[in-house]
Amino acid sequence: MEIVFNFFEKNGLIVAFVAVGAISYLGFLISKHVLNNKIPGAAVSILLGLIVAYFSGLYTGGSKGIADISIFSGMSLLGGSMFRDFAIVSTAMGASFMLIRQTGLAGAISLVLGTTVSFVGGAIVAVFFGYDDAKSIATIGAGACTFIVGPVTGAALQASSEVIALSIATGVVKSIFVTISTPFIAPYIGLNNAHSAMIYGGMMSTTSGVSAGLAATDTKLVPYGALTATFATGMGCLLCPSVFYLILEKIL
Amino acid sequence: MVIYGVSFLGACYILGQLLGEFLAKWIGVKANVGGVGFAMLFLILAHDYFNKRNLFSAEAEKGILFWSQMYIPVIVAMSATQNVVVALDSGLLAIIAGIIPVFMCFACIPLLVKLTKSSLID
Repeated sequence: MEIVFNFFEKNGLIVAFVAVGAISYLGFLISKHVLNNKIPGAAVSILLGLIVAYFSGLYTGGSKGIADISIFSGMSLLGGSMFRDFAIVSTAMGASFMLIRQTGLAGAISLVLGTTVSFVGGAIVAVFFGYDDAKSIATIGAGACTFIVGPVTGAALQASSEVIALSIATGVVKSIFVTISTPFIAPYIGLNNAHSAMIYGGMMSTTSGVSAGLAATDTKLVPYGALTATFATGMGCLLCPSVFYLILEKIL
Repeated sequence: MVIYGVSFLGACYILGQLLGEFLAKWIGVKANVGGVGFAMLFLILAHDYFNKRNLFSAEAEKGILFWSQMYIPVIVAMSATQNVVVALDSGLLAIIAGIIPVFMCFACIPLLVKLTKSSLID
């Protein structure tokens, strides 16, 4: 048994290929036979991935989902930012530069608006929960942008570690919720072309949520949404600890 | 050869991500600013340039297409390594603050699409 465990650990990436293949197969099977193709196989697979992460987290008490189980440690390499970003870039092959240029301005507006709306939304919730200092409110509002903007803002403003942890959790919830809800909400907001996908990417900010949400909705839209979303974290890190924090301080 | 495509993709990735790192440093932000976006633009423009001159073989293209088809599996792996427990257990605040802004943003999308569509025509 030990030979097998050691072997799996040493060949983590290959084990991850097999594991993801198995999850995807199950996802497409459920999509076809249980859900009558009403929810795309990719969406079911991503959801299965999240469920696996939940139970793995309960079992190990760690923070990296299934990757905390040592024989599946390769999952954190395959699902890490290097492979994710590399795969996202490759999807640009099918994208049209013309469409991107036409939507460029709208994408830029959506970035600013998305960061502002997320920050305000998060900040209002923080106030409702009894926070009354600008540092904590700004940090939680920043967490509502992405789970990177939260801790970056919190560290810059020297917020308490409890609030920083909360802002990370807020960002993770957002990313997961964007992933799950996008395929359902897409028909209602006209998310079916490059133009709206670029605006969606900027508004939602979270690269992981946007890339997974669009993958579950329509793979053709992935490059457009990802293109704008990848600027959002930078935008959030720029605005939240500076302009937004100062405005918040003035109001309070 | 397939490796030419993979290598080409890798070069675009490195150039774009590096540009994102330097841009972040330049504006004083502790994160990568648009690295993936720049890499995508490089890929689109460079592929277009070489393709027009017939310098991009179908074989090389396969090296890029393979990775674009690996995209969903990579996302599944990413989902399986998220900290879902913390997201669900860290209390109501994180859940509400994570969900409400998403709805607010969803609501803005059709509005923004309408506003910017009209400027597309001219």
